[in-house]
Amino acid sequence: MQLKQISVFLENKSGRLSRVTQILKEANIDILALCVADSNEYGIVRMIVDKPAKAMEELEKSKFTVSLTNVIGVTIPDSAGGLATVIDLLAKQNISMEYIYAFTSRKIGEAIIILRVEDTQSAIEILTDHHVKLITHNEIIRE
Amino acid sequence: MSVPKQYLDPEIECSSADEMRQIQSERLKHMVKHAYENVPLYKERMKDMGVSPDDIHSIDDLHKLPFTVKDDLRNTYPFGMFAVPKEELVRIHASSGTTGKQTVVGYTKNDIEVWSRSVARALTSIGTTKSDYVHVSYGYGLFTGGLGLHYGAEYLGATAIPVSSGNTKRQVQILQDYGSNILCCTPSYAMYIGETAREMGIDTKQLPLRAGFFGAEPWTEHMRQELEAILNIKAYDIYGLSEIAGPGVAFECPAQQGMHINEDFFYPEIIDPDTEEVLPDGEFGELVFTCIGKEALPLIRYRTRDICKLERGTCSCGRTLVKMCKPKGRTDDMLIIRGINVFPSQIEAVLLSLNMDPNYQIVVDRANNMDRLEVQVEMTASMFQDTLKSLTEIERKIAAALQSILNISAKVRLLEPKSIPRSEGKAKRVIDNRHLQ
Repeated sequence: MQLKQISVFLENKSGRLSRVTQILKEANIDILALCVADSNEYGIVRMIVDKPAKAMEELEKSKFTVSLTNVIGVTIPDSAGGLATVIDLLAKQNISMEYIYAFTSRKIGEAIIILRVEDTQSAIEILTDHHVKLITHNEIIRE
Repeated sequence: MSVPKQYLDPEIECSSADEMRQIQSERLKHMVKHAYENVPLYKERMKDMGVSPDDIHSIDDLHKLPFTVKDDLRNTYPFGMFAVPKEELVRIHASSGTTGKQTVVGYTKNDIEVWSRSVARALTSIGTTKSDYVHVSYGYGLFTGGLGLHYGAEYLGATAIPVSSGNTKRQVQILQDYGSNILCCTPSYAMYIGETAREMGIDTKQLPLRAGFFGAEPWTEHMRQELEAILNIKAYDIYGLSEIAGPGVAFECPAQQGMHINEDFFYPEIIDPDTEEVLPDGEFGELVFTCIGKEALPLIRYRTRDICKLERGTCSCGRTLVKMCKPKGRTDDMLIIRGINVFPSQIEAVLLSLNMDPNYQIVVDRANNMDRLEVQVEMTASMFQDTLKSLTEIERKIAAALQSILNISAKVRLLEPKSIPRSEGKAKRVIDNRHLQ
């Protein structure tokens, strides 16, 4: 019940993100969601793509440092309070969060949040116990 | 199978300290006279210092003599320091001249004999016999590597295979088809040969290759382990410089702990590079050589710019020849950061101790009269986890190790892979932006 996320290490230099997106474009890889974490000198680009293994291979071929990370994706109602419910569940159980970002999927028609937590297994149990819907890779790929 | 000979010249390689000093003293006296009479630069310099060849009675008088530096060879380019007439020369070699004008060196027939014998001692020490094939992948030409090892192998009676460098697949083919036993080249090229063999699907365990001498560039203990694993051999270091002879000035024995100097031909001293004072054994300083067995280019107290220390005593291999450590840097690479001497090789060692690849660059600048050191390290997939916290943690770990091991505080910065410019495979390690007068 986990999603594969591609993370790429980038120096804060002009043209680097453009290079990443260009490589993915040339390999015909669709980016479904993206977020950037950055410091003064470097950043990490995190992406959910339709073909994670292929994306990793192409980026490594161009000498990028890439890692494949397991993250949790859950759907939430696209309405006020949707996110609060999920976050609250985890906070109450002391699951600390590394990062979080959100996107909407045309295919599912709902908001999706991507979570990376310290204790993934416990988080999955808590969420399933409370009937939060975890999504799989196939559910979000566009046909 | 016959037991391979351990020493080529046991009476020299295992001599007592007194015997060695006697040989050195005799040769020094002879050599100083020769240099004084035939090299104008030495006559002039010695006169200026008020020293004559008659003042040199033993090796203990060496400190009375002037130093020689690389610029002396450059200023007298090409043949100004040769001490013999043209008809006695049999060979010329030259340095690449990448950092200035080339330095040209010459050899008489006897000089080639001295050099070849030095290399033959080295080869014998690592178990090379007359029935071995010595595969020489150093470049042949003005560079001393190829011909140096070649002549050493022939001197010993082994079979030299002059493959020279390049065409790596053919190198591997020859290693396999001819059954080369000993490989000689730069350590980085040896690694490349090993990787190529692997790509070609050749199991190096099946090759008759047993050992190799790798020199002409600095390499680490870590690299030794990698080389030994990938080629399934014993990897030994060999030291030399063309000004003194070429490879074979010093060599590792099976103990793999320091290199024995052929001190009956090349007399070493360690000096403080600033005060030029001779330092005792065991202390790090600049390595200086005096050629006491050579005719064409009898250099006196030649400053190598290598930072090194000497160790005397009887080695576990039985040799008493003085040992030098792997040079830990060059005086020209040495950085003084807030008064502390730092060598790029030390930064490399710190990274290796943290199990990180040593792909780094050092940038120094000065702000508000304070030196600032930035160590830039290329990221690798094994170091990378996808949170900023983990990246900051890597930087902190490197900075802490630099602080505790080298006692320097540095800013650490992570770079993308392959972002440090490499020219001909060698990366430029130091960028010094301090513009001091």
